[in-house]
Amino acid sequence: MDITFNNVSYIYQENSPFAHKAIEDLTFHIPSGSFVAVIGHTGSGKSTLIQHLNGLAMPTRGEVTIGDFHLKAKEKPKNMRELRSKVGVVFQYPEHQLFEETVAKDIAFGPENFGVEKAVIEERISEIIPAVGLSKEILERSPFDLSGGQMRRVAIAGVMAVQPEVLVLDEPTAGLDPRGQKEMLEMFYELHKKQGLTTVLVTHSMEDALKYADQVIILNQGKKYMEGNPVHVFTQKDALHKVQLDVPESVAFLSKFEARFKKSLPFRGQTVDEMAEDILRVVQGGGIDE
Amino acid sequence: MREKLIEFRNVSFRYREEHPWVLKNCSFEIYEDESIAIIGHNGSGKSTIAKLINGLLFPQEGEILIAGKPVTEETIWDIRKDVGMVFQNPDNQFVGTTVQDDVAFGMENRGIPREDMISRIEDSLTAVGMQEYHLTEPHRLSGGQKQRVAIAGVLAVSPKVLILDEATAMLDPKGRTEIMKTVTQVQAKNNLSLITITHDLHEVVQSNRVIVMNQGEIWDEATPREIFAKKRALREIGLDVPFVAILADELQEQGLVLSKEPLNHEELLEELWTLHSTT
Ligand SMILES: Nc1ncnc2c1ncn2[C@@H]1O[C@H](COP(=O)(O)OP(=O)(O)OP(=O)(O)O)[C@@H](O)[C@H]1O
Ligand SMILES: Nc1ncnc2c1ncn2[C@@H]1O[C@H](COP(=O)(O)OP(=O)(O)OP(=O)(O)O)[C@@H](O)[C@H]1O
Ligand SMILES: [Mg+2]
Ligand SMILES: [Mg+2]
Repeated sequence: MDITFNNVSYIYQENSPFAHKAIEDLTFHIPSGSFVAVIGHTGSGKSTLIQHLNGLAMPTRGEVTIGDFHLKAKEKPKNMRELRSKVGVVFQYPEHQLFEETVAKDIAFGPENFGVEKAVIEERISEIIPAVGLSKEILERSPFDLSGGQMRRVAIAGVMAVQPEVLVLDEPTAGLDPRGQKEMLEMFYELHKKQGLTTVLVTHSMEDALKYADQVIILNQGKKYMEGNPVHVFTQKDALHKVQLDVPESVAFLSKFEARFKKSLPFRGQTVDEMAEDILRVVQGGGIDE
Repeated sequence: MREKLIEFRNVSFRYREEHPWVLKNCSFEIYEDESIAIIGHNGSGKSTIAKLINGLLFPQEGEILIAGKPVTEETIWDIRKDVGMVFQNPDNQFVGTTVQDDVAFGMENRGIPREDMISRIEDSLTAVGMQEYHLTEPHRLSGGQKQRVAIAGVLAVSPKVLILDEATAMLDPKGRTEIMKTVTQVQAKNNLSLITITHDLHEVVQSNRVIVMNQGEIWDEATPREIFAKKRALREIGLDVPFVAILADELQEQGLVLSKEPLNHEELLEELWTLHSTT
């Protein structure tokens, strides 16, 4: 589904002394089927933006369009339920999404709510559990008796069980172990491609954005600061530093290498082995350009 | 002699009798002034260790000593004064109605005089970049802001043992580096033991020593350099090595000979430069 933000602003506690503008005049377009990464410093408005995608927050000003759904100030769409069945959100602190007695019930809650048959739900669960790196034994346990990373995996499973068309992920790999981080993103990406999902990923990992995103949106203090393809955005060191962000580690290393060797070796989206080849060529080449 | 602040002696723990053991015969020691990283796959027992240290849980087998005192029902109140902990989910920790009340709370519990509290609140909130939010309600903060405030809370108390359980997981890499720098400064100034439980490989590099957990057992205990040299074995237990180590590996595969496992950009660059100058 296409997603469009048209001059969207969001103010928490409007008309009170504590009013706080979290998003300001935001305009962008996410074409259906694309993978977008949203990046920004602490408090820049990423989670607030995301809450607009399933109607948890309504714009204070402006309009959000998701497929055929329109969200305007004080104008809740009548078919909110349908919107939520199509847009699956993994929130930043997924512990807050868990509430049932057992993991199995928790995962089943979403699809049940949207009228999916019991047998189908069970089939989905048996596929999802290994895909999120859990074992079957966990299904009968209480979701509150799990480790942080296990809870996150359960919360992700719950969203996947609804089989949404739009996948919204707010730092989905925070708290996962390194293998989990890798495998979880691979799983999202596989699904994204296979089912033609539209995916919005909030992440602090520039590496992941580089690897998976077609488009990157950088937020700063609630406003859109930069937008474009990842390689283009992530090579702009000074602009990123200005909003307290860093370039991806590979880009940072190459730029230090360039400074040390006084050779040009720009980042152009190389993989690690391509980068090693480039570096080796310079190291073994001898001679330094002044 | 350096003081031994934490000692685990053959500790085993399970949450319920009918449950499997979550920690199995774990022994380790942590001294003042040390910074220790605990890493391990999800569910390997890291947070359980943290909860045992400040007496939120008690082991069924073995013994835990904090600053020489065994952790028991009778000693936990004293021990908690020495141990500051930031939990994995900061929402479980907030008690104040405003950010500044929340930071004050830990100090009140430890009987820090009022005059000191004011300046400590301001210093610690400034240190984490949250001074502007001192009157905000904690639940109205963003994910990363909550983590910053939770860290300010323990910095203000400046306990002997500081445990950060994935306390920077929601911060961007730059914010994480800045906060860890602040924490390390406080640690060095007050000779604290710092324990960081983390999945962030850069944080691991900053520590003196690493304890690697695997399925409730201590899998290894060594310096970051020694740990990250075990690339394949680490991957087998769900972990990984930092970007420089991956790049160094690739360079070696393509024929380069490195004298040691680089831990950061500077070490790798230095090595490459030396090789370059001698070819
Ligand atoms: N419930 C709320 N009430 C009032 N203000 C809020 C609320 N939630 C967030 N804010 C404020 O709105 C701004 C944007 O918050 P948001 O959660 O969208 O940031 P974020 O980019 O997701 O940050 P992080 O990376 O730390 O999660 C912040 O300054 C925050 O303090
Ligand atoms: N309250 C509880 N009741 C029962 N079992 C629990 C409870 N908390 C944790 N466990 C189990 O104990 C084991 C260790 O959990 P722990 O929270 O210590 O792991 P962890 O290493 O911190 O993992 P993570 O990286 O996911 O935070 C896990 O298998 C978990 O399911
Ligand atoms: Mg957020
Ligand atoms: Mg944990």
